[in-house]
Amino acid sequence: MPVSRFIDGNAAAAYGVKLCRPDVVCAYPITPQTPIVEYIADFIARGEMASKYITIEGEHSAMMATVAAASTGVRTFTATSSQGLAYMQEGLFYAAGSRLPIVMAVVNRSMGPPWTILAGHDDAIAQRDTGWIQLYCGSGQEILDTVIQAYRVAEDERVLIPIMVCFEGFVTSHCYEQVIIPDQEEVDSFLPPYKPPYKLDVEDPMILTTFAPPIHWMGYKKKHDEAMEAARKVIAEAEAEYAERFGRSHGGLFQAYRCDDAEAVVLTMGSLASTTKVVINKLRELGFRLGLLKLKSFRPFPREELKQLLGNVKAVGVLERNYSVGGWGGAVFLELRSAFYKVADGPRILNFVAGMGGRDVTPLEIEAVAKKTLRAAQEGKGEREVEWLLGEIG
Amino acid sequence: MSDKLKLKYESYRELPITPLIKAGVSRLVETPWHLHGKPQVNQAKCIGCRLCWLYCPEGVIAVKNGEVEVDYARCKGCGICANECPVKAITMVLR
Amino acid sequence: MAHLTIEELPSEEYYMPGNALCAGCGESLAMRLALKILGWRTIVITVPGCMSAALIMGASAVPLLVGPFASGGALLSGVETALEAKGVKDVNVVAFIGDGGTADIGLQALSAMVERGHNVIYICLDNEAYMNTGGQRSGATPLRAATTTTPGGRLFRGKLQPKKNIPLIMADHEAPYVATASIGFALDYMEKVKKAADIRGPKYIQVLCPCPVGWGYHESKTVELARLAVATRVWPLYEVEKGRLKITYEPRTPKPVREYLRAQRRFDHLTEEDLAELQKLVDEGWAELKLKARSAEE
Repeated sequence: MPVSRFIDGNAAAAYGVKLCRPDVVCAYPITPQTPIVEYIADFIARGEMASKYITIEGEHSAMMATVAAASTGVRTFTATSSQGLAYMQEGLFYAAGSRLPIVMAVVNRSMGPPWTILAGHDDAIAQRDTGWIQLYCGSGQEILDTVIQAYRVAEDERVLIPIMVCFEGFVTSHCYEQVIIPDQEEVDSFLPPYKPPYKLDVEDPMILTTFAPPIHWMGYKKKHDEAMEAARKVIAEAEAEYAERFGRSHGGLFQAYRCDDAEAVVLTMGSLASTTKVVINKLRELGFRLGLLKLKSFRPFPREELKQLLGNVKAVGVLERNYSVGGWGGAVFLELRSAFYKVADGPRILNFVAGMGGRDVTPLEIEAVAKKTLRAAQEGKGEREVEWLLGEIG
Repeated sequence: MSDKLKLKYESYRELPITPLIKAGVSRLVETPWHLHGKPQVNQAKCIGCRLCWLYCPEGVIAVKNGEVEVDYARCKGCGICANECPVKAITMVLR
Repeated sequence: MAHLTIEELPSEEYYMPGNALCAGCGESLAMRLALKILGWRTIVITVPGCMSAALIMGASAVPLLVGPFASGGALLSGVETALEAKGVKDVNVVAFIGDGGTADIGLQALSAMVERGHNVIYICLDNEAYMNTGGQRSGATPLRAATTTTPGGRLFRGKLQPKKNIPLIMADHEAPYVATASIGFALDYMEKVKKAADIRGPKYIQVLCPCPVGWGYHESKTVELARLAVATRVWPLYEVEKGRLKITYEPRTPKPVREYLRAQRRFDHLTEEDLAELQKLVDEGWAELKLKARSAEE
């Protein structure tokens, strides 16, 4: 029987992992991810989880030990944040290049300096070129459900790409809510046992991660990219099946809310979506035709699906918790604009950079974002293409 | 997985998901470098101590039926075998 | 324990020729001998270094995983834990990693692996510099040796710091078995590898692997030099089991250190004063070792 527990986002992640029965868990504590590794240690100590647990000494080693375990042919899990994610970057390329279906919880925290331990998406966004799938969650329930779906997607032979399940530090990780924890049996039937594509085996000795000559190297990358493309379909499929079995959906690649007849749409990821939803509803009452697009899959970026959905919208305001210094906008804005390049009558796209370093994004600020986007939709131009929500919203 | 290291593919689609090769395939490659010549064994002088076999860094010396055999196709010609032989039964012969 | 004899050694090879390592490579011999004694139920871990270049091209006839430079200890931990999770028994999990990946960039992962007590063998193939990339100094480069980053000559005097003593550091970690070895004493080395394989927990062996290109000597002298290092007491052979140190070979008449140093071009810049000083340091080091061994006996 599924049970409902009042738990925080980190606990939801831990429960999700428990249900997926990884053979090896190896993670290094870092605020605000630490409770995940503590909950898992507790589950194992109480005999509720049969995983082997490595109390690793640092994030670089954490990822490499996880890669080594996965290369031996077992299901694995790890978790980190911010500085730790950056420290293991070499390992991120390793995991993705080795095409190992590792699932990692990333509790998003802005990269210092300036020093902070609070929420921002810039940590995971900075790793977008490592070749991992990135799924952004906005609630404890979504985290638990996504962890389970992540293993299903990652281990699919059409994919075989590691997945980051991302959620904001403190805002989501330490926020308590009622979370439904599904039945182990139901999860077992949704998630088949792991079948590794290759492994270290004395009965069939192979050399893993060998050298690729120049004429082959790019071919491997192209195949990896094609698997990323295929993942768009697999993510949607897995989500649809999960929704049918377990009776709840957070959207596969994204979730569209009241976009059908919207003039303008606010596009955002993670927890900002739920605040935006409240704002959209309020403004709808006042007659403004606004919609919300909660983007879940940042990698692979669902450009075809978004082009189709947002094609008739006049303006999109991308509200995001990251920014690429020296570029011109946040990562999601840049991807979306690129998707609509040379599309005739495409929407005006605006960028609102917010909520980094733990800065709160208030309903009032989001209201201003929505209204500015609407004004751009109606007047065919925006005041500023890229705007930083630093407190000077007029 | 085949023994042969595939170097030519029709297209990148034939590549595996990540470079993987069967263990031990380097033995298919020949390295007849003979840097300091080829080791010639005087079987009459040989006392069968097997030190040449023990100390060959590549393992290309075999002792079969009391005879020392060298895989010249894979001998790099370092000369360790000649240096270690206690009775100087091995001579490095340059071309 | 009866000593290994050459007749007892298996004829099977698990290290293949056809690799691109230099003629007379010390690491090549060390790898070949270790795999011979460990057998086919072995999984090898390595990281960038001379040996990884050979192994990834198929020189290993047993399964191999290569990881990035710093990760040796972490890779061992991951593989061992996964095998445990799968219930796979009697498989040696062994790392063959150079002195760079051990003493410098890989020290954290190694130290942590030993502290956690994983049931693995870590063999450091010590050629005393980053030889694969042309011979830059490492923490394990001996005092006054010339390398490309610590040149020897009129203005520069080679490496000015002593060789980092990783075996004793590992012994202080209370690793159940730590040993030093030399390819010049092949049977002793193989015995130590076999002994390690039969002990549970983290085992560390550092084997001296002379490098003709990096050290500057004729390729045929690799094994002879590896013997000379021990005969001059520059590289003592000992093992530490459960914290007790035992010297495994004591040269009856130790050879003068100068004989070892003058045989290698990397020490060409040393003056007579330098040679005298280094002899003194070796003598002092040996005396300290004897003291440790004696207190272990009590």
